[in-house]
Amino acid sequence: MVHENWNGFKAGIWQDEINVRDFIQTNYQEYCGDESFLVGSTERTDKLMAKVQELFRQERAKGGVLDIDTETVSSLTSYAPGYIDKENELIVGMQTDSPLKRGVNPFGGIRMARQACAAYGYKLSDKVEEEFTFRTTHNDGVFRAYTDEMRAARRSHVITGLPDAYGRGRIIGDYRRVALYGVNRLIELKKADKAAMASGNFNADTTRQTEELFQQITFLGFMKEMAAMYGYDISNPAKNAKEAIQWTYFAYLASIKEQNGAAMSLGRVSTFFDIYIERDIANGILTEKEAQELMDDFVIKLRIARHLRTAEYNELFGGDPMWITEAVGGMGEDGRSLVTKNSFRLLNTLYTLGSSPEPNITILWSNSLPEGFKRFCAKVSVDTDSIQYENDDVMRPIYGDDYAIACCVSAMKIGKQMQFFGARCNLAKLLLIALNGGYDTSSDMHIGPQMSVIEGKALDYDNVMKRFDEYIAWLMHLYVNTMNVIHYMHDKYAYEKTQMALHDTDVERFMAFGIAGLSVVADSLSAIKYAKVRPLRNQNGFIEGFETIGDFPKYGNDDDRVDLIAKDMTHKVITELRKTPTYRNAIHTLSVLTITSNVMYGKNTAATPDGRGDGEPFAPGANPMHNREENGALASLNSVAKISYDDCRDGVSNTFSITPDTLGHSDEERYGNLVSILDGYFAKKAHHINVNVMNRETLLKAYENPEEYPNLTIRVSGYAVNFNKLSREQQREVISRTFHEAM
Amino acid sequence: MLRVHSIQSLGTVDGPGVRFVVFLQGCHLRCKCCHNPDTWDIKIGKETSVNEIFDKVKRYKEYFGKDGGITLSGGEPLLQAKDAYELFSLCKKEGINTCLDTSGSVMNDDVKKLLTVTDRVLLDIKYTNDEDYRKNVCCSIKPVLEFLEYLDKNSIRTTFRQVIIPTLNDTEENITILKEIRDRHSCVDSVELLAFHKMCETKYQNLGIDFPLSDIPEPTKEKMNKLNSLL
Repeated sequence: MVHENWNGFKAGIWQDEINVRDFIQTNYQEYCGDESFLVGSTERTDKLMAKVQELFRQERAKGGVLDIDTETVSSLTSYAPGYIDKENELIVGMQTDSPLKRGVNPFGGIRMARQACAAYGYKLSDKVEEEFTFRTTHNDGVFRAYTDEMRAARRSHVITGLPDAYGRGRIIGDYRRVALYGVNRLIELKKADKAAMASGNFNADTTRQTEELFQQITFLGFMKEMAAMYGYDISNPAKNAKEAIQWTYFAYLASIKEQNGAAMSLGRVSTFFDIYIERDIANGILTEKEAQELMDDFVIKLRIARHLRTAEYNELFGGDPMWITEAVGGMGEDGRSLVTKNSFRLLNTLYTLGSSPEPNITILWSNSLPEGFKRFCAKVSVDTDSIQYENDDVMRPIYGDDYAIACCVSAMKIGKQMQFFGARCNLAKLLLIALNGGYDTSSDMHIGPQMSVIEGKALDYDNVMKRFDEYIAWLMHLYVNTMNVIHYMHDKYAYEKTQMALHDTDVERFMAFGIAGLSVVADSLSAIKYAKVRPLRNQNGFIEGFETIGDFPKYGNDDDRVDLIAKDMTHKVITELRKTPTYRNAIHTLSVLTITSNVMYGKNTAATPDGRGDGEPFAPGANPMHNREENGALASLNSVAKISYDDCRDGVSNTFSITPDTLGHSDEERYGNLVSILDGYFAKKAHHINVNVMNRETLLKAYENPEEYPNLTIRVSGYAVNFNKLSREQQREVISRTFHEAM
Repeated sequence: MLRVHSIQSLGTVDGPGVRFVVFLQGCHLRCKCCHNPDTWDIKIGKETSVNEIFDKVKRYKEYFGKDGGITLSGGEPLLQAKDAYELFSLCKKEGINTCLDTSGSVMNDDVKKLLTVTDRVLLDIKYTNDEDYRKNVCCSIKPVLEFLEYLDKNSIRTTFRQVIIPTLNDTEENITILKEIRDRHSCVDSVELLAFHKMCETKYQNLGIDFPLSDIPEPTKEKMNKLNSLL
């Protein structure tokens, strides 16, 4: 098939089938130079951004939410078009009819929508309440099916943050398809897929699939209607760069109007856009300045995306994140990097528009990336603390060269794989429950297999491990079953019609489990093994604390004695998870990632044998516990790098803060040294790193005088946040983290 | 066996690139500006075998890039030149760049041997005349200058380092002399002026020693820029 809007593109199989990867590979031009070609912001962009900054200021002043439309249920066409400044916007489209005004999305659960409105002084309208009186939400469905034990696990916080009352997210539509093919072609092919099912056997799976296809087709139609409200017809392929960006954005916008998933990631669009930009520049209809303006405008739109959340939600995922993750760079299977000029332009938005947590720019790092790009990324990190890095050399062999990152660290082939998000279980709490024979002192609940409290004056490592293994087996079985209930119900009551319409009809699914408290558990087990740990028992005989005598190896010092305990732990967990089958035959995956929930997990966990006190925060993700690293930054990185990506296919998150002076004397030295550190860390097969180059004093100042630091951005755990949007408690925890410093 | 004070797996200011820095225990000098008084005592420190250190260094090879490697600092690493030679020899065989952070105040056969496996010397040239040297380091500058001659004769790439201490050596005249010394020695390819700082004061307090320079202010940024511009 050919289309006139494709004129100038090299032909390929992408024309005959939906195959964005082939289009990219056939048409993109790798860029191996440096950032010298970039231009600054234009007056138009500055004016528009000034308006946005003012809106941000008002939003902060109103306690974090500027306005809520309590009358309308969010969907693709339910709001009139909204603008920041209609005449001066290049890329249009807004979630509601006004910037930063949040919509309500009760499909995940009406209670959550109600509470979220109330949290900011609004009341969900009677109209919406009535509408949902006779509607089953995802949340209703889940709680109909939850067993007593599932409820207990949730209540005791041994499993927390489950997506059972809000959209699960972590699904990336291939938004590029709308630009490359136009919606008509996508509808046509989905109709063909649906028709083809007629010849097969109809059972629960195929019937569900047929209904899903019906929904996908319907919502592709709504997407066209939504674009038409803004004056665009997206039936056909985009004919230039501006349309390509606009069409892609419409597809993304439709998804965030339909779904309020925790992470609504973007995918990998910048090199795709570069092909259109290069064609326009070659045709003399676009200049570098205009290309940057288009990217700036697109990114402004991403920066004002919002969902309405409850206070409890913010405790887990602090800073009002959307995880509009955009994967940049990486290598192609033919040995060329996927770095283009537009990879630079995207990073340049952190200068033209200022630093920002969104979009969540994620560099797919490979040792083979062009040096000019590596250096520029390092410069952006040093200057803005806004980007993160993930190891393309470990992901590409598994996902090919057209994958993206959902949320923080979850890799998936774009349009071909999706995941069922599963929050995380609290491994440190589980260890305490195991020692107490099925009793959780923090929640005062009996849970899990019931047996006697572990005996002895000092804890015996082998006894503890034997006991812990039993409880791991118990919890992982319960965890998989709980997830099966959640995702069955999410598919049934809150299916992602728009995003799944932008996937192949036959998708591969992951079920993503997670653990929190890995470093606490590793250090605790190390203490039991190498020091003497005496349990302190209360009058009922339950262990409430520990006396730890002597020194023990601590995770974060490149010491195999403890690092391998951490590594074995992840292996054990994923092995146990795999024993229970998943809904829709999803592939079990595991992450070591906490977002900001490490504070909340710690709060709900009593004292542990490693010396961590009752209620004290965990380290985030796979990080070593704060300030236990004694051999400097690289030793800490080496410890984390030992956690195997084969066991943790959903990602191993490490957040790394270093002072500028520790990274080098001059800026140029700092860039070079950061590149060396990243090359080294990833050569060790590590998976992910957040880099902050800053002094603790800056955070302390921002903590005391938030008004003076309105845009201070920091990486926390798989994403970046505006420091001021964290709770005071979360801020204190971030300040207490290790800042690698050498004198 | 090497007597080790501590290890810093990420060093970026003691030699080029990313470096694994081993601070050795023991120093015979008593510089007034010393920021590591805890490394003076020659009898303490963790006795560590050369192989153990070498095994550790190897774990960081991936981070070194084209410029980085190992740096032996201290204390005064030349006091343990014999074992330092063993360590550097192993590193050289492994393709790891070697760097020595020293005062250059010791010369003997072991030191000469060590320098055969040293890629770069960071020579801490504390003062540029014998009088100041004697006053603030309590010995003569002569051995240091002889050490420098030896480096030059053997074409060992050298970086000059000097801690700029207000009232003691922060004059333009001092920098001019430093420059002259540099220009006379082709082995010296770079000069680093380091601003004196007093972050070490707590170390002195913990050791119960008076910090002799506690009344001296840290040099201003402007001052440092000015002096650097003279180079």
